[in-house]
Amino acid sequence: MLAICRIDDIPAGESVRFDAHVPIAVFNADGEFYAVDDTCSHQDASLSDGFLEGCFVECPLHAALFDLRTGMPSCLPAKRPIRTHPVSVHEGWIYVHVIRQEEVA
Amino acid sequence: MSFHNPIGSGCRRDGGLMSTLAIVGASLAGYSAAQQLRAAGFDGRLVMVGEENRLPYDRPPLSKDFLTGRLPAGELALADQADVDALGVDWELGRSAVALRPGEAAVELDDGRRVEADGVIVATGARPRPLPGAERVSGVHLLRTMEDAVALRAELVSGRPKVAIVGGGFIGAEVASSCVELGLEVTVVDSAELPLADVLGSRFARLCAQLHAERGVGLRFGATVAGLVTDANRVRGVRLADGSRLDADVVLVGIGVRANVDWLAGSGIDVGDGVQCDAGCVTSNPAVVAIGDVASVYRPELGRRVRAEHWTSATQQASTAVNNLLCGYTAHEFRAVPYFWSDQHGVRIQLAGEPRPTDEVTVTDGNVAERRFLAQYTRDRHPVGVLAVNHPRAFARARRALARHPRYVPI
Repeated sequence: MLAICRIDDIPAGESVRFDAHVPIAVFNADGEFYAVDDTCSHQDASLSDGFLEGCFVECPLHAALFDLRTGMPSCLPAKRPIRTHPVSVHEGWIYVHVIRQEEVA
Repeated sequence: MSFHNPIGSGCRRDGGLMSTLAIVGASLAGYSAAQQLRAAGFDGRLVMVGEENRLPYDRPPLSKDFLTGRLPAGELALADQADVDALGVDWELGRSAVALRPGEAAVELDDGRRVEADGVIVATGARPRPLPGAERVSGVHLLRTMEDAVALRAELVSGRPKVAIVGGGFIGAEVASSCVELGLEVTVVDSAELPLADVLGSRFARLCAQLHAERGVGLRFGATVAGLVTDANRVRGVRLADGSRLDADVVLVGIGVRANVDWLAGSGIDVGDGVQCDAGCVTSNPAVVAIGDVASVYRPELGRRVRAEHWTSATQQASTAVNNLLCGYTAHEFRAVPYFWSDQHGVRIQLAGEPRPTDEVTVTDGNVAERRFLAQYTRDRHPVGVLAVNHPRAFARARRALARHPRYVPI
């Protein structure tokens, strides 16, 4: 579990990126916080640069949408889901429980 | 093709009486079509014909991270084995289609076999134009396929070759950038005084030239190639029309592409600069649709057809075309603001819309000097395009706004 930042540090519609074993992006989707792997499943774009619409983030390069709740690409041809990481908020701090690849096998 | 879905019978998303569909071309457009067909509920036989003997992969990295070695071949796959298995496709890889015979409802392959199909999706793409007279000279490369990229990379990483790039478009610019990353001496030759000016406008075309110059790329703009200097069929340089000579151990030719339509000769399908389609990617035969780089799609608002070579066009057209094929008539039209990107010299350029060099350009966010900005193109005060450099989120917002704008004027 990593303390990332204060909730005020991520205004609605914005994101922050931090480096765990892989880069992870944390989004504020209208007051709900979500954390996902930052690299889109096409490999060459950073989702924290993506446009946020509801709880979907648009890949900034290919314009595919990913559901921040599930990591599923909502439209073709994004090839595979991105990994999601549980987020909790405690006393104004955002914590991310970083899931490593081995845990989802 | 025998036409089993009479017009007006309504959309049968499962394909109705169509039991077999053939997709000719197994790159992004073709693979997207397969995905869309299954997503739409088509549960008949699906045959995919691909000239390259490999599963679908993503081409944009070939000129960039694949060429520099940062991205291995495996990372370019558009699908992993589980996705491929789930699609339930009969693959004909390493085979090309040589003829379409609508009367016999068949696609003929280069080994003489025939694939019988009730409908065909043409996704055969395009191939790079060669430099006349350079086709068989060793050291001269085109770049389209992974095989092309592997061959080019092998030469770039053995010794320290001098590289000349003929053509200062996006492929040429991206390969020049990759050569710099590989520590190579590289020169771009283009007959235009300012390459990319017709696409980006002169202000941002100059910015691209400046990026090259800052990273030490030699620029020979306004220079026409007269021929190659060769020694025992190996390239040694490029001869320019002004009589000068540019030494080069490796030459990359990036002077545009030609749509792969030759195999459709005699099929009755209208072809020109691409397969001639209506606004829904449907050809002159309603059981044949065309998508991606090979498709020249009618744009009602322009009153003419446009052949786009963009990544997102390939995937979006697949959706439109597949639905129309399953419906048996043009129930959906392809409407999307054209969009593409280019990565060069550490800068990501994104452009949406169809600006012309004469449009007015305004930087609306960020700073050109800092190489992070958003610019709007307007014509008669109507928005016609948006360009971003290293400003992806602002670009996404502006691209959507452009698509929604009631006065957006495509061309």
